[in-house]
Amino acid sequence: MYTSGKYSSRGPALIPRMKTKHRIYYITLFSVVLLGLIATGMFQFWPHSIESTADWTLDKRSVHDAPLIRLPVSSPIPERGDLSCRMHTCFDVYRCGYNPKNRIKVYIYPLQRFVDELGVPISSTGLSREYNDLLSAISDSDFYTDDVTRACLFIPSIDVLNQNSLRIRETAQALAMLPRWDKGMNHLLFNMLPGGPPDYNTALDVPRDRALLAGGGFSTWTYRQGYDVSIPVYSPLSADVDLPERQPGPRHYFILSSQTAIHREYRAELERLKEENGEALLLLDKCSNLSQGAASARKRCYKGQVYDYPQILQESSFCVVLRGARLGQAALSDVLQAGCVPVILADSYILPFSEVLDWKRASVVIPEEKLSEMYTILKSIPHRQVEEMQRQARWFWEAYFSSMKAIGLTTLQIINDRIYPYAARTYEQWNNPPVVKWSSVNSPLFLPLIPPRAPGFTAVVLTYDRVESLFRVITEISKVPSLAKLLVVWNNQNKSPPEGEKKFKCPECTAIDGLSLDQTHMVERSECINKFASVFGTMPLKVVEHRADPVLYKDDFPEKLKSFPNIGSL
Amino acid sequence: MQAKKRYLILLSAGACLILLFCLGGIQVPLSRRGPSRPHDRRLSGYGPGARWRHMSGYLQPFSSWEQDRSDDLTEHISPRQKRDANSGLYTGKRCRMESCFDFSLCERNGFKVYVYPQQKGEKLSESYQNILSSIEGSRFYTSDPGQACLFVLSLDTLDRDQLSPQYVHNLKAKIQSLPLWNGGKNHIIFNLYSGTWPDYTEDLGFDIGLAMLAKASISTENFRPDFDVSIPLFSKDHPRTGGEKGYLKYNTIPPYRKYMLVFKGKRYLTGIGSDTRNALYHIHNSEDVVLLTTCKHGKDWQKHKDARCNKDNAEYDKYDYREMLYNSTFCLVPRGRRLGSFRFLEALQAACVPVMLSNGWELPFSEIIDWNRAAVIGDERLLLQIPSTVHSIHQDKILSLRQQTQFLWEAYFNSVEKIVLTTLEIIQDRVLLHTSRSNLMWNSLPGGLFTLPQYSTSLRDFPFYYAELGIKPPSKFTAIIHVVTPLVSQSQPVMKLLVAVAKSQYCAQVIVLWNCEKPLPAKHRWPATSVPVTVIEGESKSHLLVFSKSHQVISSRFLPYNTIPTDAVLSLDEDTVLSTTEVDFAFTVWQSFPDRIVGYPARSHFWDSNKERWGYTSKWTNDYSMVLTGAAIYHKYYHDLYTTYLPASLKIMVDQMSNCEDILMNFLVSLVTKLPPIKVTQKKQYKETMMGQSSRASRWADPDHFAQRQTCMNKFASWFGAMPLVHSQMRLDPVLFKDQVSILRKKYRDIERL
Repeated sequence: MYTSGKYSSRGPALIPRMKTKHRIYYITLFSVVLLGLIATGMFQFWPHSIESTADWTLDKRSVHDAPLIRLPVSSPIPERGDLSCRMHTCFDVYRCGYNPKNRIKVYIYPLQRFVDELGVPISSTGLSREYNDLLSAISDSDFYTDDVTRACLFIPSIDVLNQNSLRIRETAQALAMLPRWDKGMNHLLFNMLPGGPPDYNTALDVPRDRALLAGGGFSTWTYRQGYDVSIPVYSPLSADVDLPERQPGPRHYFILSSQTAIHREYRAELERLKEENGEALLLLDKCSNLSQGAASARKRCYKGQVYDYPQILQESSFCVVLRGARLGQAALSDVLQAGCVPVILADSYILPFSEVLDWKRASVVIPEEKLSEMYTILKSIPHRQVEEMQRQARWFWEAYFSSMKAIGLTTLQIINDRIYPYAARTYEQWNNPPVVKWSSVNSPLFLPLIPPRAPGFTAVVLTYDRVESLFRVITEISKVPSLAKLLVVWNNQNKSPPEGEKKFKCPECTAIDGLSLDQTHMVERSECINKFASVFGTMPLKVVEHRADPVLYKDDFPEKLKSFPNIGSL
Repeated sequence: MQAKKRYLILLSAGACLILLFCLGGIQVPLSRRGPSRPHDRRLSGYGPGARWRHMSGYLQPFSSWEQDRSDDLTEHISPRQKRDANSGLYTGKRCRMESCFDFSLCERNGFKVYVYPQQKGEKLSESYQNILSSIEGSRFYTSDPGQACLFVLSLDTLDRDQLSPQYVHNLKAKIQSLPLWNGGKNHIIFNLYSGTWPDYTEDLGFDIGLAMLAKASISTENFRPDFDVSIPLFSKDHPRTGGEKGYLKYNTIPPYRKYMLVFKGKRYLTGIGSDTRNALYHIHNSEDVVLLTTCKHGKDWQKHKDARCNKDNAEYDKYDYREMLYNSTFCLVPRGRRLGSFRFLEALQAACVPVMLSNGWELPFSEIIDWNRAAVIGDERLLLQIPSTVHSIHQDKILSLRQQTQFLWEAYFNSVEKIVLTTLEIIQDRVLLHTSRSNLMWNSLPGGLFTLPQYSTSLRDFPFYYAELGIKPPSKFTAIIHVVTPLVSQSQPVMKLLVAVAKSQYCAQVIVLWNCEKPLPAKHRWPATSVPVTVIEGESKSHLLVFSKSHQVISSRFLPYNTIPTDAVLSLDEDTVLSTTEVDFAFTVWQSFPDRIVGYPARSHFWDSNKERWGYTSKWTNDYSMVLTGAAIYHKYYHDLYTTYLPASLKIMVDQMSNCEDILMNFLVSLVTKLPPIKVTQKKQYKETMMGQSSRASRWADPDHFAQRQTCMNKFASWFGAMPLVHSQMRLDPVLFKDQVSILRKKYRDIERL
């Protein structure tokens, strides 16, 4: 109790006529209260990071702690993917049901480490950094549910992003062991690098029953349109390199080729193009003098000259993305990030997210056979369009390529749009970059219709209490042949409207004293305009210098022959 | 002592409370991160139902750079060989353009379509005849198979239902004997019906080889993406050209009609496609959801009759199909025996938003049409949810869906010609991959048939997307003066015109189009102006020499000259009288209506019921439907459209007469925009010259001139299949025009001065 000596000296002043015995008692009580307060405060107001730390210490969640599952040799293997699968045949839509938010619920299986009977893991990498990021992003999103019974879509935590690191048969067995597998129904697998040597299939080789595949590098022969989702191959440079957006416009080079493993047939073709067109083309390759490793991924060379990659991509208008062993190339992501227009030469390749993205606005697709005509084809594209494509390319990267989160959530949104098509995101929402979204004008009445006269119009007259002028307006307007209905809004709470008229009361309306054209009125209206413009974030009103008049308005022509005579005469 | 006790109790209570809070405090902040289930921690996050969390510890990247590269390097097979291998590997049901189509045939002559000559004794159905004549009338047609990129059979393949009277027998043998068949390569086969009772398979009953299918009711399973084309089912009464307009005349807000959802059709009781229709009664409520079925169809329906039939049949007869169609917000389009039905197009035309219940139907032109904008794609399995789904759709969305049905109906479906052209354009877009239309061009006004990607693939270069892209229309124009008389004096009207136009602040360039037999005058004879003046000689066509006295052709004024640097074109006749102010004003008006013709001399058309033909009038009337291109501003794109879109027959006719090119241009622009041109106010004096036609040379002095224009109107209307011109009663004047204010306050005051 020595520590609270400070309090004891104050004690008498606070509580007079108190005995020492009591004093100690109170001091103890106060200390406890104070400590309690501090502790509570700690938990309440400490930055949120502490929560997760607390969480980790509590859970000790680490890859190495995940339970080990041993796969018996005889464990069942799923069937190979069924090429005829479509949402209406292989997907159980009842699991998604009707929900007012029109949002699917996604469940992620808890992490397990699968090993075969000898204890050898099914994958050489286990859970990869990227797949961990992807699953975390999904679990933080609105799609996520941890209630397996409410889920519409199931995502295994078995990482199949890269087929190279997988043991095909065992991975398939592991999938089949998932508690809700049920022939792969409503299961979604993410794979970016499919196939293996020598043929490199364009879809994941792991047998997977009816599971949906979000794959990078689908060809038109393996892609099940409307069922699978074509995704990009994530480029690790997206996270490592910060390339600020460059204003669209002409670049130093016209065409740039930066991929390092281009088939010699194509490299020869590119060399020929360079001979014909000279400086406009830059053909880079790997640097022979650099040692292998992460650093070499960031350098490219041309005749001994070293360039920084991916920075150099920003110096070219067009960047070649050629097929390699696989159709999907991580280079596409780098090229888009640099705001360089991708020139895609990969026949039969299903472009990433092609179900929703309009690639014609961001890229040029050229058949491989026409590689030699590439320069001529690209030269024929108008400058304005190149700039538009540059902007569009960068925006695609930002919105759909830049992180595993972006890739994962876009995939889920596409599946969501299929299940609730009437609530799907629109073409504009998917494809218009923010700058266009802000400035574009989409009239809700976009169809050019010239309505017939028959239904006429309804006149709405707002009035306060100037009954005389009101009656004059009514008399005049009721002479108009196409008037269908007249509605008078009586805007005076203190007086009831004159007899004989239909009542219309507007309780929210506040009484305004007779309108006048005085100075304050105009000032108020100017203030309104400024207020509105600031709320809208832009000034939607446009100034024009024309006015619509009848064709023969004020023409030297007999008035009685005019459809609308006497307009403008006072 | 009382106070002391009170303190004691109070403090103890407070302390207890805080202590409690303290102990519970660990959980309170955690619970803010969403639902935390009790079993969550118990299972340490690895059991079923555990929440997924980010894993700690070092993780490897999914791929390393070296490995990726080594993968690419291990490819030993040459890519060219691989491509060649594909074409042998992927045939039949796996056909794609890459493997089953020979692109090289399209390289020399572009996208040309050949139609086999009709064989003697071979009968063609009316629909197939319409398809063939649509192709033959299109700009893609070639009569030389050596030039062709695509081949169309003159054997009727539309109806492959063996029980149908239209069924053509021995098709297999007939096709095999065709010398150009080449295994079906680069052929397209049109089909509306396939299979027959009871299973209605999609087999055509002959080997189509490598040919593409343009087929109705095609299922996603059989549809070969980017190879086949799904077309709509249309009846034999579907008009060949022109086509009916959509039913929607004006928008109503709120957009609800008398019924929310309707259907009236057969119920099959047994066999394929009967499940959905048999279950419709579950959601029928005879109020806003009216779904009627009849059991009466075929000869022996009584045999399969079920308990509900009598009641259903009675209810069915109470309602009129047309009445329901036109008075419902949504129309149910369930599958029948086949996946597609006539009902689909009927609903589309009636502006009744289709609610699709036909699982696995590859919707018509799905490759290019975004059907979510015009229809509700339901799932047969979720029939019971349909009422709540359609009720949940917001008014704004209904309004937009409904308008889109009308746009799509008129753009791609209302005639056989549109359906055929759309099919061909889709294939052309695949063939000329890098000059193909973007999704926006297909799905917004005026639609893909009027946006030619050969002009530009950039949306900015067309007059239709300024608002959509949020960009301003161009700020400069190029004047093109069409000159037909030789230059003799410096006081000729054309000289004054040139000077006045060049003075406009919006003028970028003046192009003199020399369409005169006399040689070009020397450069110094043109007046000096601040903007560049270029003179180009009009094109002369040798084939016209036989018919025409003039070597130069009038259509050359609408050629897409690449010397036109701006998007806006001010088209002028040599005798036009215009002041700089008038030009300035007209241009500012055009900037508000960049897709329309904005100009001065207006004309009108009318239906002459006595002669049963269209009439043309230049009288002063209260309305107009044309603005002559002797003094008008429009978008450069229309030059391209005029030259490319219109058939040679019309252009030759115009060139032979040296007349009507301006009428044809007005037809074209109104066809695209569905709107009238815009007349702007003009100075009095100009009108008089127009009326008197005093200075007009040969062309206007010709007494036949006016009669020719009447003929033109009717020729054009018959080619267009309908009258595209639209009347307007509006003239656009400067804001203070002829108002009682000081003339000094008026910006365009010269227009009022006499």
